[in-house]
Amino acid sequence: MKILVPLKRVPDPATTIRILPDGSGIATDNVKWVINPFDEIAIEEALRIKERLKTGEVVLLTIGQSNWQEQLRTGLAMGADRAKLVLNDKPLDTLAIARVIAKIVAEEQPKMVILGKQAIDDDSNQVGQMLAELLGWPQATFASKIDIDGDKCTVVREVDGGLETVAFALPAVITTDLRLNEPRYASLPGIMKARKKELKEIPIDSLGVDLTPKLKVKELKAPPKRQAGRKVESVQELVKLLHEEAKLI
Amino acid sequence: MGDVLVFAEYQHEHFPKSTLVAINAGLEMARKRGVQCVVAVLGEKVEALAQTAAKYGAAKVIALEHPALKNYLADAHAQALANLVKSLGAEYVMATATARGKDLMPRLAARLDAPMASDIITINDDGTVIRPMYAGNGMALVEMDGPVKVITVRSTAFDAAAESPNPSPVEKVAAAIDQASLKMEFVTFNEIKSDRPQLTEAKIVISGGRGLKSGENFKTVLEPLVDVVGAAMGASRAAVDAGFVPNDLQVGQTGKVVAPDLYIAVGISGAIQHLAGMKDSKVIVAINKDEEAPIFSVADYGLVADLFKAVPEMAEEVRKLKQA
Repeated sequence: MKILVPLKRVPDPATTIRILPDGSGIATDNVKWVINPFDEIAIEEALRIKERLKTGEVVLLTIGQSNWQEQLRTGLAMGADRAKLVLNDKPLDTLAIARVIAKIVAEEQPKMVILGKQAIDDDSNQVGQMLAELLGWPQATFASKIDIDGDKCTVVREVDGGLETVAFALPAVITTDLRLNEPRYASLPGIMKARKKELKEIPIDSLGVDLTPKLKVKELKAPPKRQAGRKVESVQELVKLLHEEAKLI
Repeated sequence: MGDVLVFAEYQHEHFPKSTLVAINAGLEMARKRGVQCVVAVLGEKVEALAQTAAKYGAAKVIALEHPALKNYLADAHAQALANLVKSLGAEYVMATATARGKDLMPRLAARLDAPMASDIITINDDGTVIRPMYAGNGMALVEMDGPVKVITVRSTAFDAAAESPNPSPVEKVAAAIDQASLKMEFVTFNEIKSDRPQLTEAKIVISGGRGLKSGENFKTVLEPLVDVVGAAMGASRAAVDAGFVPNDLQVGQTGKVVAPDLYIAVGISGAIQHLAGMKDSKVIVAINKDEEAPIFSVADYGLVADLFKAVPEMAEEVRKLKQA
């Protein structure tokens, strides 16, 4: 089974984000870039499905600049078979990104597209669902368990108040939640092998997709800072303050 | 200019607070744009529910009915709602950023070829919106173009709609759905039953982190305090990652966003991803043995202590207070 894993390059979650004073974005000096953590879970799941079925291919895809190769190479080192990099340097909104992925899906004809439920930079949580609609495919967001039996796929989803199970015939789009798996580290032989794997660059304009953004970020500002309060000495003092001063207990 | 259409989510024939938040945000958008706010309730038979939704001041409530809408499924719901948006000529479609809102609204946006802003916290008079990015490290001013715009709102950023003395008219509409195009099947919903208040609705939330050390300690150490206070229980991502508690309890960037009157963080260091989910709480208490923990930088009251000693002691103090 061929599985396509679209991924995004994001600042490492441990990086301190600084907003540029002119409101145009974040300072990118000293930022360590990584694969979006939820996309890493998607790569891991694709690899596990391939290992379980003992057949198939895992293809990575990203849309970005030439140096996004780094993250694709990391994914190849984890065990993915090949990668595509759609070269782009213009701001894209989520719908344009979904359209570009849909175009690659039309070329590659995978049985499944699996990606992170959200990218931890813009926190939109939209691309998987949009892609499913553009393709006319079923979707299972926030997946915590995926079972495949022939063409039938059953997914357990993390929803408010519990776990929901949905089923459908493949092809489908699945987005990953935290507990789906724990991604493997790339092994040294994996890293060596990754250097020789196919990584194809595609200019975005060659795809003939409408990229005009309908959503624009006009300005990015730092949020108001919350002030630290005071330290209390004992549990008794804390409960007294919460009872008498804050009147909350 | 078209009207505002609000998707009214329900569970067990009941509208949670998050739905009333969506209605209120829809009313605010309609007021600011000088248009009307229409509420849509989707399901197989939802007229009675629509009558309940009619109490909150919308210009109209539509009971959008079809057998394919019996259980929530993204494909059928997106199709039915998109067709309603088109027939009404609505300009804004809004819902709360619950698990269902997050699942449905982007699919709807793609179907309508519309831009979407997720998890917004402010509606400006000119129709632009503000939404957090980078785990709340940045607040983005967002502008959307096109005849239709899709929005999910952050449940903690808007009040719940108040009951209005004049009920809205209710209209029953048969949903337009091409059943041959539907590909998804609902199998089961395993509800996590709890006698405690809902995490996103509770006035008090007590969350545990990696400092609790085990799932067993959540039960034996944290839960007695949670219950004597009458709080909802939450957790940091680290505690979920370690398998101490279900993901449903996760508070933070990739979990739930809460803003209760009182938030007590126990054994939570306070990574930015956790702060993103709770820093708008009215009063924050932190209990942590590491006095350098970042959680203290947002806490109104900080107690540097061993939680295994402090938490049972606190439960005892509260018990005494409640008996007094």
